[in-house]
Amino acid sequence: MADLSFTQEELDEIERLKDKFPTAKAATLRVLWLAQNKYGHVKEEIQSLVAEALDVPKSHVHGVARFYTQYYKEEKGKFVLDVCTCLSCQLCGGYDILDHLEEELGIEAGETTEDGMFTIQEVECLGACGYAPMLQVTNGVYVNNLTKEKVDTLLENLKNGNMPEFESMAMPELEKRNQAASK
Amino acid sequence: MAQDWKSFEPLLIPDIPNLERIDVYEENGGYDALKKILKDQDKWSRKSVVEEVKQANIRGRGGAGFNAGLKWSFMPDPDGGPRYLACNGDESEPGTFKDRKIFEFNPHLFIEGALIASYAMTVDTIYVYIRGEYISWVDMFQKAVDDAYEKGYLGENILGTDISIDLEITYGAGAYICGEETAMLESLEGKRGYPRTKPPFPAQNGLWGRPTTINNIETLANVPLVINNGADWYGDIGSEEHPGPVLYGISGHVNKPGVYEYPTGVPVLDLINDVAGGIRGGKDLKAIIPGGSSTPPLRADQLDGVTMNSDSLKDVGSMMGTAGMVVMDEDTDMVDVLWRIAHFYHHESCGQCTPCREGTGWLEKVLKKIKDGEGEMKDLDLLLDVGNQMEGRTICALADAAVWPVRHTINRFRDEFEARCKKSVHAIA
Repeated sequence: MADLSFTQEELDEIERLKDKFPTAKAATLRVLWLAQNKYGHVKEEIQSLVAEALDVPKSHVHGVARFYTQYYKEEKGKFVLDVCTCLSCQLCGGYDILDHLEEELGIEAGETTEDGMFTIQEVECLGACGYAPMLQVTNGVYVNNLTKEKVDTLLENLKNGNMPEFESMAMPELEKRNQAASK
Repeated sequence: MAQDWKSFEPLLIPDIPNLERIDVYEENGGYDALKKILKDQDKWSRKSVVEEVKQANIRGRGGAGFNAGLKWSFMPDPDGGPRYLACNGDESEPGTFKDRKIFEFNPHLFIEGALIASYAMTVDTIYVYIRGEYISWVDMFQKAVDDAYEKGYLGENILGTDISIDLEITYGAGAYICGEETAMLESLEGKRGYPRTKPPFPAQNGLWGRPTTINNIETLANVPLVINNGADWYGDIGSEEHPGPVLYGISGHVNKPGVYEYPTGVPVLDLINDVAGGIRGGKDLKAIIPGGSSTPPLRADQLDGVTMNSDSLKDVGSMMGTAGMVVMDEDTDMVDVLWRIAHFYHHESCGQCTPCREGTGWLEKVLKKIKDGEGEMKDLDLLLDVGNQMEGRTICALADAAVWPVRHTINRFRDEFEARCKKSVHAIA
């Protein structure tokens, strides 16, 4: 394991995060995010690093990291595909999308492809119910209104290193009126 | 009541391009409510702002429907120490996807509402807690906050007065329970999202032991409307007992899902057929879940004359919740749906209270058994019995939220559940 440490720039950012709150402990979630964005996970050695930077017990950081699902307690693929299968997504074919991804990538939900490119996870409601089925790429951008074809295109783009762009989902009626106005 | 909803012009997210930009917001009367109050603090004393908002009867849009002004009035008198407003943008209740529209399309309306609330309650720090998955909206909202600081609406000596209010954005990392108000406080303090026992209530003992009020994002976005136009004007929008504009999230088997803004009290069937374009594929409606997964489902035959306000929905045995309506067509398998809801609550139980930690697991397990064709008739009674032993026996309402859909889905679609149990793989005839 390479030497684990935060750079001076990161330590400055941690100070800034601590300043948002009356206690250093309150910055735990934010510093775990910072660490995960740097290392790609927050395994135990990273949790220790966070605890040290905040001067809080490691047990506290461990408890927090374990509690929240978006923190990766193990290494994941380069792209983590979080497929929502909850309620509205279930109704609109979320499981079909999950099955299709599993078939295309030859892995089950919770697993990572051998080349380390993709991890598939089945997740709970992501708050995009009107644009179901959908998935989120590595805690980042939402990909909405999925079809099998859209999933295939997404995989192809990700393999080429192209992240999908943020898709603004307008309020349908305002969109309709704006279109009428522009005619 | 609200029969004129078709002519309603949106107020929370009006039809103005680029309204998320602070200059466009200002050009359209933005921050006028705040200026009005701060310029005439004799007329608009802190108490009179609370009173006006209380009279407007803005009912909390996060699910509980509690009068926002009344909630504000629970804050004790200032003692010179810090006081907080914690804004709940954790929206994670399945079927709910409305607050993100405010962050994206009209963030300053919410900031203005939070500022007015902070003035009214003598709050010095606003925390906005957004679910971690919404990182794209966190970034968008941060831009709006930075602009508001730059223009002097936030920070030291707001608009030249001696009032100083800070706003900090922070975000979670994946946990439905953090939408529960006291779990959110724990998470803001950097801990696991374990709900706190009440009392003490957050108004007395909230963030870091100090007086704290928790409001939903959409609730606060209603506040400038009330100050600009008055409580009486606001009270005339929508249903008398539950007034105001609402962001309805409509999802499931409809032709045009999405978030729509209308007054409270729109007939449920109008929302489905006129607003959301009817059921996909010309199919028949089977059921709805009116306001997020915890609100009891209603059969199509229960919906005649039912409107989207808490009293009308209560009369037929459900709730308004977050107004995130999930629509299901005639082919929907209610056993599958209920199992998936039970799976959600089991996954999201924080594990603090035994009846919830174990009970949600059993609900899911027994429903899985029925779904897989291995259920027996007695399992239905077992589910209801487990539910009865969970409800009201835990620190927060997650257990209740898990039980209600189980109880009411079984009762309202009993024949479907019985048919599945009778077709059990163990049956010989």
